[in-house]
Amino acid sequence: MSTVTFRIFRGDRNGGELKDYTIEVQEGMVVLDAIHQIQAEQAPDLACRWNCKAGKCGSCGAEVNGKPTLMCMTRLDTIDTSKPVTVRPMKTFPVIRDLATDVKWNYEANKKIKPFTPAPNTDWIMFQEDVDRVQEFRKCIECFLCQNVCHVLREHDEKTGFIGPRLLVRTASLEMHPLDVENRLDMLKNEGGIGYCNITKCCTEVCPEHIHITDNAIIPLKERVVDEYYDPILGFFRRLFGSKKQAAASSQAADD
Amino acid sequence: MESYTIHDYDVLVIGAGGAGLRAAIAAIEQGAKVGVVTKSLLGKAHTVMAEGGMAAAMGNVRPEDNWKVHFRDTLKGGGMLNNWKMVENYTKEAPDRVRELEQWGAVFDRTPDGRINQRNFGGHSYPRLAHVGDRTGLELIRTLQDHAVKMGIHAHMETTIYRLLTDAGRVVGALGFNRQTGEFLVFRAKAVVLATGGLGRIYQITSNSWECTGDGFSLASMVGADLIDMEFIQFHPTGMVWPPSVMGILVTEGVRGEGGVLKNSEGRRFMFDNVPERYKGEFAETEEEAERWLQGDRSARRPPELLTRDVVARAIRKEVNEGRGSPHGGAYLDIASRRPADYIKKKLPSMYHQFMKLGNLDITKEPMEVGPTCHYVMGGVRVDPDTQATNVPGLYAAGEVAGGLHGANRLGGNSLSDLVVFGRRAGMAAAEYAAKQSGSYQVDEAQVRAYIAEALQPFNNPQGENPFALMKELRASMQKNAGIMREEGELKAQLEILANLKKRAWNTSVSGSRAYNPGWHTALDMRLMVEISEAVVLAALARKESRGGHARLDYPDPDPTFAKINHIIRRSSDGTLTVVAEPLPEMPEELRKVAEAKDLKELSDKVGA
Repeated sequence: MSTVTFRIFRGDRNGGELKDYTIEVQEGMVVLDAIHQIQAEQAPDLACRWNCKAGKCGSCGAEVNGKPTLMCMTRLDTIDTSKPVTVRPMKTFPVIRDLATDVKWNYEANKKIKPFTPAPNTDWIMFQEDVDRVQEFRKCIECFLCQNVCHVLREHDEKTGFIGPRLLVRTASLEMHPLDVENRLDMLKNEGGIGYCNITKCCTEVCPEHIHITDNAIIPLKERVVDEYYDPILGFFRRLFGSKKQAAASSQAADD
Repeated sequence: MESYTIHDYDVLVIGAGGAGLRAAIAAIEQGAKVGVVTKSLLGKAHTVMAEGGMAAAMGNVRPEDNWKVHFRDTLKGGGMLNNWKMVENYTKEAPDRVRELEQWGAVFDRTPDGRINQRNFGGHSYPRLAHVGDRTGLELIRTLQDHAVKMGIHAHMETTIYRLLTDAGRVVGALGFNRQTGEFLVFRAKAVVLATGGLGRIYQITSNSWECTGDGFSLASMVGADLIDMEFIQFHPTGMVWPPSVMGILVTEGVRGEGGVLKNSEGRRFMFDNVPERYKGEFAETEEEAERWLQGDRSARRPPELLTRDVVARAIRKEVNEGRGSPHGGAYLDIASRRPADYIKKKLPSMYHQFMKLGNLDITKEPMEVGPTCHYVMGGVRVDPDTQATNVPGLYAAGEVAGGLHGANRLGGNSLSDLVVFGRRAGMAAAEYAAKQSGSYQVDEAQVRAYIAEALQPFNNPQGENPFALMKELRASMQKNAGIMREEGELKAQLEILANLKKRAWNTSVSGSRAYNPGWHTALDMRLMVEISEAVVLAALARKESRGGHARLDYPDPDPTFAKINHIIRRSSDGTLTVVAEPLPEMPEELRKVAEAKDLKELSDKVGA
């Protein structure tokens, strides 16, 4: 057992300050345990969002010693506790209170994405190798840490013309679904703002689910957008024969 | 005077896990104006933590499987106390509900021929659980969330319901508050669907998140709804036991479904010594036979690690009590020696990460240490098996908060499909009821004002107790006196402890503002938690036998008299709870034959499909 000091942001959207709390810690504790102990013993009104405490719900994202992470999956023995441990809310979103931020923008921006649209009368046969890549995207627990670190959102606060890595991953999960026939490329190019992403991979680095956000989701989507809007040869053929997704949809329908 | 905003809905759904979202979708489809209230953000409800899969007799892996075998397995696992009509509705409809999720975008793991794959689980005679690795709950909740958004769901996120509102014996809405701001909200609704999940937080060691404080049971009981079989609490056999801060976090039964075995400190697979009489002959009797089963030999019987959860949990407890436990007081769960590392990482990815990150343990190399953790409550609000209506007009319940489907013990995988089967039924019935209500129903303003004053009282009570300390006391005492093994003396002592805690729950003190204040939230949670704890203890005292999730040291065996009754927990007008024994609903002869079938082959032609 040893003593550790936590330097925690206390305040709301009008500002606040870092306050020190010193507690006795035990083997195996994670940062979220420390926050709960501080709540129970010293600061009952210390606000923090959490649910599962097992890395499955994505509620407890925060910045621990400047590093965006899930507090429930960050063991104290993996960080330097010889100095005060700083815990701040995610920077990209407005603070509600203390460590809880207002993430509702993500839910609003999500509405720009057209929903899953299966081909009519499909037989619902899909092979594992065809769904592996979609399943990778569907692992997302919506912790919004990727949104938090994305420069476009964090530094430039571009929340009207850009949907951010989480929602690009969601778009990829729909676009690459073997039976989906909707076309979301126009959204990606325009209100989705995929062109803003300059592939710094910050999002991939913080993803607690280890989704290859940039390589597997964003870059292939960028390629599709480029093919659709900027490739003169493909553009010529598409004018002749229609786009790939439309062709897939009409051939599916014709089969039934 | 305290102000509040008013929202009007045809149907108000309380809870946004699998049952709540499915109910909302069904009610919207019926044309109702629907509001959904959730204590968390959308997509974070406890459903997200479900791991292993959702049971439905689709027969994709074993064509012999059908609803009758699922019906028989569910009743057998439930100690035959299940409401047979609910089980029938459930097992017949579950496959359609799974396929519907796929049509809404869920991407389940596949069979080699491209259909939804199904895995083995405890108590299921065939591989029956549609799954996505070990994150099936996430797939379910995200699919429902996306579909509900598509349908135009109106969600009140981070909002807690404090009390249901009634008028002339009907439920006409609810009073709640926005957790982010502390502002009060009045929801006027023609029908209310409770989908509030379970009560695991009344125990110290639990797999349940902070949300599972049993709100729905208490809210319903306070307006006169009957509860049923509250003594039956499921202690999942495999929770993490070390380090202390993660004690209770779930280790999916999928580990055993994929071939994991349980061993004691002497290296013995002790489940071979723990096959109950009623399951004799259905499980492998030697390690060699169990091994052949794992290799796919269909003539071999299933390994005894796949017995029902009540049986496995008590067997682990026995090994530990008799000195054959692991260093931190559990048993060893070994998948490392059974499957290649790549296979484990593919099929059980979140278990791999959970142990790696939280326990410094590589499950592809070493066995895990596991022990029982409070996971689920089989009992709940008593409902009509077809409509999920409670005995209070306008009030419906679905999912874990509703009782009856699972009897004395729930089979793993039967919860996720329960949510969607009965969430849909509840949403449809509530919308239909709402459509029939004409015009005038009143929310009593004096009632609302009184509740608001009551809820704010901890802010004006500087000498009161610390709500966190109080909750710790409640959870520790329930764990000690009403946990996995019970006896009369301890249960009676717990009733006294609860009487004391009940008084103290109304004398807490909180500081700071009302915006996102966990101290205040805990103070209010406590008031509901003591109520439901009392119902659990009273029902446990009344059942003088051991069956399913209820084990009595002083009555260690099943008793045929108790095999014929459900316990109804009812609140009288003075607020006290009483337990009444009621005979089980009569099962039609045809279905009884199905339930009691000894040979599964009989079930292919016994009853028309």
